[in-house]
Amino acid sequence: MALLDVNDLGVSFATADGTVNAVNGVSFALERGQTLGIVGESGSGKSQIAFAIMGLLAKNGRARGSVKFDGTQILGATKPALNALRANHIAMVFQDPMTALNPYMRVSDQMAEVLVHHKGMSKTDAIAASAQMLDAVKIPGARQRIRLYPHEFSGGMRQRIMIAMALLCKPDLLIADEPTTALDVTVQAQIMQLLAELQREFGMATMLITHDLGVIAGFCREVIVLYGGRVMEQAPVDDLFAAPSHPYTRGLLAAIPRLESTGGALRAIAGSPPNMTKAQVGCPFAPRCDMVLPACASTMPDLLPFAPARARACNRRLEDMA
Amino acid sequence: MTALLDVRDLQVSFTLRRAGAMPWQKPAVLHAVNGVSFSVKAGETLGIVGESGCGKSTLARAIIQLVPATGQAVWKGKTDLLALTPSQMQPLRSQIQMVFQDPLASLNPRMTVGRIIAEPLKTHHPHLPSAEVRARVQLMMDRVGLLPNQINRYPHEFSGGQCQRIGIARALICEPKLLICDEPVSALDVSIQAQVINLLSDLQRDLGLAMIFIAHDLSVVKHISDRVMVLYLGRMMEAASKDDLFAAPAHPYTQALLSSVPIPDPARARAKQAIPLLGDLPSPMAPPSGCVFRTRCPKATDICAAHRPEAKLGTHQTACHFA
Amino acid sequence: MILSPIDMTALAARLASLDEVAGRSLWADARARFMRNRAAVGGLIALVLITLFALTGELIAPWSYEEIDWAVMGKAAELGAPAMANGHYFGVDDLGRDMLARTAQGTRISLLVGIIGALISVVVGTLYGAIAGYVGGRTDQIMMRIVDILLAIPFMFVIILLLVMFGRSLFMLFLGIGLLSWLSMARIVRGQTLTLKGREFIEAARASGVPAPIIILRHIIPNLLGIVAVYATLLIPEMIVTESFISFLGLGVQEPLTSLGRLISEGAGTMRYGTIWQLAFPLFFFVATMFAFFFVGDGLRDALDPKDR
Repeated sequence: MALLDVNDLGVSFATADGTVNAVNGVSFALERGQTLGIVGESGSGKSQIAFAIMGLLAKNGRARGSVKFDGTQILGATKPALNALRANHIAMVFQDPMTALNPYMRVSDQMAEVLVHHKGMSKTDAIAASAQMLDAVKIPGARQRIRLYPHEFSGGMRQRIMIAMALLCKPDLLIADEPTTALDVTVQAQIMQLLAELQREFGMATMLITHDLGVIAGFCREVIVLYGGRVMEQAPVDDLFAAPSHPYTRGLLAAIPRLESTGGALRAIAGSPPNMTKAQVGCPFAPRCDMVLPACASTMPDLLPFAPARARACNRRLEDMA
Repeated sequence: MTALLDVRDLQVSFTLRRAGAMPWQKPAVLHAVNGVSFSVKAGETLGIVGESGCGKSTLARAIIQLVPATGQAVWKGKTDLLALTPSQMQPLRSQIQMVFQDPLASLNPRMTVGRIIAEPLKTHHPHLPSAEVRARVQLMMDRVGLLPNQINRYPHEFSGGQCQRIGIARALICEPKLLICDEPVSALDVSIQAQVINLLSDLQRDLGLAMIFIAHDLSVVKHISDRVMVLYLGRMMEAASKDDLFAAPAHPYTQALLSSVPIPDPARARAKQAIPLLGDLPSPMAPPSGCVFRTRCPKATDICAAHRPEAKLGTHQTACHFA
Repeated sequence: MILSPIDMTALAARLASLDEVAGRSLWADARARFMRNRAAVGGLIALVLITLFALTGELIAPWSYEEIDWAVMGKAAELGAPAMANGHYFGVDDLGRDMLARTAQGTRISLLVGIIGALISVVVGTLYGAIAGYVGGRTDQIMMRIVDILLAIPFMFVIILLLVMFGRSLFMLFLGIGLLSWLSMARIVRGQTLTLKGREFIEAARASGVPAPIIILRHIIPNLLGIVAVYATLLIPEMIVTESFISFLGLGVQEPLTSLGRLISEGAGTMRYGTIWQLAFPLFFFVATMFAFFFVGDGLRDALDPKDR
């Protein structure tokens, strides 16, 4: 049984401009100790998937479908049940650590609070355990610096604190939502290296949400490519980069400026991302697709498996993709 | 051939008065840019790379006097931009234009796209008949890949990529000689980023623009630049032609930066070992003595703390004792 | 040169095939949001009705506001109750003057005080605050210290002093209220200008050489108008209350002119003689005006500040 089993997940928001369907019919499974990357551009709904799983959707948001954690349905679970789950089994790391940390509380108190509250530890033990965890995320002088306030740390250090807090209760699943987007490249490299080490060490399943295929390449085993709230392609990471099976994935890979390339024009994907406030008919990528078929405007293709562990949602047959 | 813009020993410092400080207390001084020199030839692109806090955006703003600076910025071999009064600077402003990082925030939300793009034109050519202004705006919109019939729309009705096109159209409407792009694609999605990079290089080729392209993403800079300068804590670390810099980075900081770029190729990404940079960026209020990079440099020795390495003159400049 | 004749004809041909798309401004968005807010629209309708009453009330009443109905004078409690028969639809006051005419006239003065006070504060406060905020540095310091000093003076005291020294007149009342109403507006606007100043579109305008006065008028003020409009609608009731208080003290407008505050004061004084209508009608219009302005102000804030949505 998979640790996390997401089936036909949909997320919609009621806004003044009408209903926005941010996520539509997303299904995937994540085994224990595995790494899954969810890649998509802004507006693809990638973060909303995480929020739906965590029960953290905005007030006007509604999730449908099914999310099973360890066999138990957690979509629409009660608040206490979700809190217990978040405390002991699922942890999340956000893009901006400053919004997730309380600026008026010492790091020691914030971290210890989690342990005191959920594990019933004494305050002293909890602080000691927290300092140990800060050591594990390689914050130099953790024992002294744990007494500081969040703003006294640099952006990279704050993200390390966030990761340490997420790992305090030894979660089975870690969801990292754009954990390095706000950081500089050298710090990003440090944090991704750290996350990879910790993932191996603690053996937790990890879901990495990002817009950066480069980050995915170095970290994940499985990848899901999202566009316009729908899964375009699902594949093991090596296959995805070696032989992308969807026109969007292909376009995306071609559009990345690469260090090893010798210059020349980039292969851009023409057009603009879809306007999610408009009702969707057909494939969301159709207006920008260079392999579009007449059917694409009216029919959203199903996500169908075509090779071991691989699936694609495209009206064009794989053989016809030149 | 004289350079279009020749910047010598550019210094930008901000005085920061601590909250609650007494008037007679000396305010703290932050050297955002510290003795940077470079030149840009007509039609050439200079890429400026560095992480946050390295002073790259401040540098751009200093050249066009958005922040006060000392040193020299000689325009076309004659005029020192930094010595000009605001009224003397005014006619030159149409020659140097800027594209900003945040596509939506750089457009006034209360103005139509047509008025936004026309603003520099109307400022510098107030007597141009409005029909011609309109025609030029529509032509420019067409040129940057916007539908000219959208002239009466408002910025919030466009996507991020389109907003950046509007920003580019505004910058080019006065037909400048130098375009300063401050992280023009950092806020855009990959697929859109490629569109904007291609548009910028097309325009540059067609219009013979010189460009200063500021970014934190080395692969983007590599794509668009002829020469590249690497900044760290307000100082130049390395400057060279694109090919030299990427093929043989001489400065340890450049090497670390290059090795940190995520590689979109799983096999190579797993194989590669990033050169770890130790610790954090030091406070720019109290930069390290000697070489500013020494606190995080894997090669640092005593000499780095004692003496600041000067970049040797030449085509490949490196400010490092060991280069 | 980018603008070549060949390009132009090609463009003209393309343009002919495209219809120009009308834009949807932020104002239009805000209007739509405001119109969806029932309380705000209700408040707006109430305000329109109250204004209409203030303007036309005296035409409906058979009596003018200063005429004394000698038939009921002195017997207000017995004969002056609201009635259709004697033409005093709202009753009369203790001097036998028609309450409908007086309430209409009083409402007009109160609205006028509120609106003129708010107008002064909008014009003076916005310009002052925007200039101080945009120019910054020493100019900002000096301009804002002046505001601080003026705010430190107990303003009720100043208005009362003005009215006592120069005699009670409408002009003095407007002057006094106007002098003080712009101060807090200037502070709010300056704060907003400081945040706007850091935005990239202001930098873009500076970079392309747009002169400072034009930046203030074209880029800063239009982006402040939302918050200014909200604050102004909330300021109007404040002005009305201030005027009412001064009138309540007997220092406001001069007899036979009146205002809502003065009418309420008189009504409160004669209440124990059984002429409850003398208090009830002005009080109703006063409260209704206050509520209407608050609802409209609230609606404006929700409509103009989409972040709170």
